Amino acid sequence: MDPIISHIASNKRRTFFFFFLYAIMFALIGYISGLYMGNPIFGFVIAAIIFCIIFLISYYGGRNVVASMAGAREVSKAQEPFLYNTVEALSVAAGKPMPKVYIMETDVPNAFAAGRNPDQAIVAVTRGLLNRMNRQELEGVIAHEMAHIANYDVLLATVAVVLAGAIVYASVILRRMAIFGGGGRRSGQSNIIGIVFLIVVAIIAPLFAQLLRFAISRQREYLADATAADYTGYPEGLASALEKISTMQVARSPLDNQALNGLYIVNPALGASALNKMSAMFSTHPPAEDRIRRLRAM
Amino acid sequence: MELSYLVPAIIIVVAAFIVYTYNRLVGLRNMADTAYSNIDTMLQKRFDLVPNLVETVKGYMRHEQELLDKITRARTDWLKASTMGENAEADNLAAGALKSIFAVAENYPDLKANQNFLMLQEELVGIENKIAYARQRFNRTIMVLNTVIERFPTNLIANLFGFKIREFFEVESEQVRNTPQVEMQGGNES
Repeated sequence: MDPIISHIASNKRRTFFFFFLYAIMFALIGYISGLYMGNPIFGFVIAAIIFCIIFLISYYGGRNVVASMAGAREVSKAQEPFLYNTVEALSVAAGKPMPKVYIMETDVPNAFAAGRNPDQAIVAVTRGLLNRMNRQELEGVIAHEMAHIANYDVLLATVAVVLAGAIVYASVILRRMAIFGGGGRRSGQSNIIGIVFLIVVAIIAPLFAQLLRFAISRQREYLADATAADYTGYPEGLASALEKISTMQVARSPLDNQALNGLYIVNPALGASALNKMSAMFSTHPPAEDRIRRLRAM
Repeated sequence: MELSYLVPAIIIVVAAFIVYTYNRLVGLRNMADTAYSNIDTMLQKRFDLVPNLVETVKGYMRHEQELLDKITRARTDWLKASTMGENAEADNLAAGALKSIFAVAENYPDLKANQNFLMLQEELVGIENKIAYARQRFNRTIMVLNTVIERFPTNLIANLFGFKIREFFEVESEQVRNTPQVEMQGGNES
């Protein structure tokens, strides 16, 4: 079977699995906290409603959530003709519809794509990337992002980021509620919050961190690099871009956000070590050195 | 007794193969048509900008009348073109002329400072790229389509339904970027 088609099928399967796991988790939390309140069905229903809301947001609004988490804003053709033309050219090369184009106003070069399918996708790049790349290099980067879109990597990544992000957000809120409610006149209620908080923080949050890693595999980066080289017919463009991007990551990067790091073409959390084997320990991305070597061997 | 199972089984397999191949051929043909209309749209956009470019440039490039004639001629050729071959020829002529115009423009600092020219240049270079990618997309689709039509046993079904092999959108001088062989499995990383 065509490796791209089976990769797409695997992405869809994993996305479904992610939602499924999420639903089970919500059902459990709802049931347990309902049990404490003396009405498990009520807790269950509340959890189901919250799940549905999160599902709708992550599936239909995922790209907007991701864009605003990353601080990206949409730009038009008139504002950024060079970027816009390049994205349009690569969408033609990939045979996919034109995605929306976003920019992040930071000097660190990087890029990502998001969305639930090729019809509803966005491509975002930083100002630093735009300033530093020549046309061939920018084409390579955009081709890599178009490959993620065409391969449905964006579906899984977007959903995973939003779902995991919701957990992180919830644990922050719960922590606050646990602290403020702790002195409690109504100790019964704060008990429930405390218990839910414990479940989320101790069990579910680390589990999801692990799942995020599983969702955003290293294999998909190699595949996207290879597909990108196929689109442009010029692997050196992407190789040279990766070299520049990975050496220009900085410590305490403005892009560093645990939920989003796996999305970028080069992991922003690695700082200047993104190029070498050090980064092999963080499993979302293979070392850029290795990706560059493979591109140059094509 | 075994035969009574075998015959319907074979019929089902053959029917499934015919349906699958027919649908694949239709899918490829539609992909090729979409790709071709992509090329066409881009060519249209490019040639729409040509008069504008000539108008902007001619005040500066007094000694390059030949180039400007060439690009105008390409546009006329394209307007008259009815076959894909003629389209491709006009495209080829225009691509060459535009490349020369932008190369020559380097010698005219006044022109390089003209905001309108810079905008047109970015737009036209962008369109050139899009045409190149649209052409690549089209030719690759045609390559797959022709292979299915010619190869046994799918050629039987293609002949049955009257699918014909199609021409590539060819440009002689355009082998600037040679396409590398790409392995899709991405290696043995665990």
